Amino acid sequence: MNLIGNVVEHYVFLSATIFALGALGFLVRRNVLVQLMSIELMLNAVNLALVAYNRQHTGDMNGQMFAFFVIAVAAAEAAVGLAIVLAFYRLRATVFSDEADQLRN
Amino acid sequence: MTAGNVFFLVCGVLALLGAVWTIAAKSAIRSAVGLLFTIAGIAGLFLKLNAQFLAAIQLIVYAGAVVVLFVFVVMLLGSDASSVSTGPVRARAARSVAAAALGLLGLGALVLVAGADVTPARFGPVGPEHGSVEAVGAQIFTRALVPFELATALLIVAAIGAIAVARARHTVKQPKRDPNPTRRLFHGPIHPRDAGRPLPKEPLVTEALPKKALPKEGVL
Repeated sequence: MNLIGNVVEHYVFLSATIFALGALGFLVRRNVLVQLMSIELMLNAVNLALVAYNRQHTGDMNGQMFAFFVIAVAAAEAAVGLAIVLAFYRLRATVFSDEADQLRN
Repeated sequence: MTAGNVFFLVCGVLALLGAVWTIAAKSAIRSAVGLLFTIAGIAGLFLKLNAQFLAAIQLIVYAGAVVVLFVFVVMLLGSDASSVSTGPVRARAARSVAAAALGLLGLGALVLVAGADVTPARFGPVGPEHGSVEAVGAQIFTRALVPFELATALLIVAAIGAIAVARARHTVKQPKRDPNPTRRLFHGPIHPRDAGRPLPKEPLVTEALPKKALPKEGVL
């Protein structure tokens, strides 16, 4: 009982579940905002796995360092993604990703 | 069961429920709140994993900046942001089936891995410097100095790009469709008659002009 939260497997299971939920949301939902949030979910899940593995291998801080960079990239991605959502909304007055077919023909 | 176990369970359940809420909520603002719960739960798990610096960064950057940005955009778009697409029934059914298949696949993989006979190794002891600002900062500023500088460039480029994209005034220049087929084809009138103007009355012209200036009949 005392192992709960003290082995790396629990964190990796949790991380995999959250990642799968994020992938599911990205594929199933068509609201661009919710799709962007699903991407954030996936990035967070990856961060959790990185930090958990770093807790198991305590020699250096590589895992946490990677998580730091992932957070930086995720912040940039969210800013640019939301700007694109705004521009798209101004163009088509909708937030559905399947309406973005201007390049089709 | 110690306090650490309870903390892990609470944070893990919070993160999981937040993730489910994020992808299942109809309203975008509720999705943002679900994302906030997930982020808070994961920050708690970071604390449990002795990553204090990252827990703080997670709360500052994600909960403080990214989620607020999402909420801003949801507020800006108004009720359109929360609209749920009502496509054809076949498309919705296909998406539901695909979601169920993906979920079952993930669950199967999880059960397969969980059933493997491994003895989980408990985390070893760790010093207080693990995950501290000093340790992570030293790593970032020595081994990862070049990626760190590139990340600063990425952030400034992303900020400028976001401003440029969001401020662009898109005026869709749709050329007005000309009702006249000849002018549409040749980009202009080839004959006054084709431009939709009535022809001047012949007798009127002949009376106004002197006799000798008139061209011979049949020329026009």
